[in-house]
Amino acid sequence: MSRAGDDPHRAADHEHGSELSETQLRVRALESILVEKGYVDPAALDVLIETYETKVGPHNGARVVAKAWVDPGFRQWLLTDSDAAIASLGYGGRQGEAMVALENTASVHNLVVCTLCSCYPVPVLGLPPVWYKSAPYRSRAVADPRGVLHDFGVELPADTEVRVWDSTAEVRYLVLPMRPAGTGGWGEAELARLVTRDSMIGAGLPKRPDVR
Amino acid sequence: MNGAHDMGGVHGFGAVVPEPDEPVFHADWERRVLALVLAMGATGEWTLDAARFARENRPPAEYLSKSYYQLWLGGLEQLLVERGLVAPAELAAGRSLRPAKPVRRTLAAGEATGLLKRGRPTNREAPRPARFQVGDQVRAKNIHPLTHTRLPRYARGRTGTVTRVHGCHVFPDSNAHGHGEDPQWLYTVSFPGRELWGAAADPTVTVSIDAFEPYLEPAP
Repeated sequence: MSRAGDDPHRAADHEHGSELSETQLRVRALESILVEKGYVDPAALDVLIETYETKVGPHNGARVVAKAWVDPGFRQWLLTDSDAAIASLGYGGRQGEAMVALENTASVHNLVVCTLCSCYPVPVLGLPPVWYKSAPYRSRAVADPRGVLHDFGVELPADTEVRVWDSTAEVRYLVLPMRPAGTGGWGEAELARLVTRDSMIGAGLPKRPDVR
Repeated sequence: MNGAHDMGGVHGFGAVVPEPDEPVFHADWERRVLALVLAMGATGEWTLDAARFARENRPPAEYLSKSYYQLWLGGLEQLLVERGLVAPAELAAGRSLRPAKPVRRTLAAGEATGLLKRGRPTNREAPRPARFQVGDQVRAKNIHPLTHTRLPRYARGRTGTVTRVHGCHVFPDSNAHGHGEDPQWLYTVSFPGRELWGAAADPTVTVSIDAFEPYLEPAP
């Protein structure tokens, strides 16, 4: 949980540290104990991993956002009954049982954090990135959100209202970013490619249409 | 508990460092830990709230020096030992040394997708009417329980406005410690940044938390 630059996650890229080898051994040992005892089915572990690695990810949320950009009825539904609107596209479930969509406008910018752990709208965004779980983000998002946005290269007008949402219960937030200018006539699939994960957390903005 | 996990407003952690094209996992053992935590959670031997408490209830130096999935691993081992499902000697030996204690259920591969899809909604029928409504001014209580709570320290003693009412939900403070779900009304409470961080804070900022009714009292 130290700053992301020397987070042990980073060291994992080139697994040379003794601490990591020890962790690997410890995990392997624990897994064999749990399988030997019949507490877990190894095939179930594979399904769980495959789901988060290949099926659930920010492409889900991008589809929700793009639909809201082109379909005013869906947008309204998403903002008033997020669970139902999101479920209509087939998304929902663990860590997305009570969703709330937050609309960014020209005068309001929303930013989502979990200062206490890593609560995150998993069914629409996948597993949270390391920075979302890191101490720098969790400590500063509530006290200095503009500073955090600066770290992401986002500078908002000084009079934009910044609303920070700390996920302290089981409610999960999805930011509905503003549709980029210059996308008139674009279809849903095309628009979805502009929707970044960070823009749905509020830490970033959608890609501009001219940098496709 | 006032643990190192309660990070809102703490200084000195430095800049946020995003990682371009970050992979879902940075090492194979992270995958395994995630899956083991989910599969063991599905046995019903403990609640999600208990699992969160097991992760946060560590000495600050340990909490701050471990990576995210290392904390998950430590929390899982602790729960397994506390529940008598795995003995410390078995963890040390890296293999099973005694017969398994029966668990309520074992997640089958065919059920895993359904488990994630269903989730585990925490909304419950209201046992009583809500004490607060949208627009009410409330103060977060100045409490410092040694047990699990989802009221962050930075909000305690501060006054905000109820902006949403989410119905009744499982109360983590109770559920984490085996005292039942004790459903409580859940509200979004918005605080002006200046109420939380003082006069020097950015006047355009508001911070909202989701607060259970026992955390709140009418503003004086």
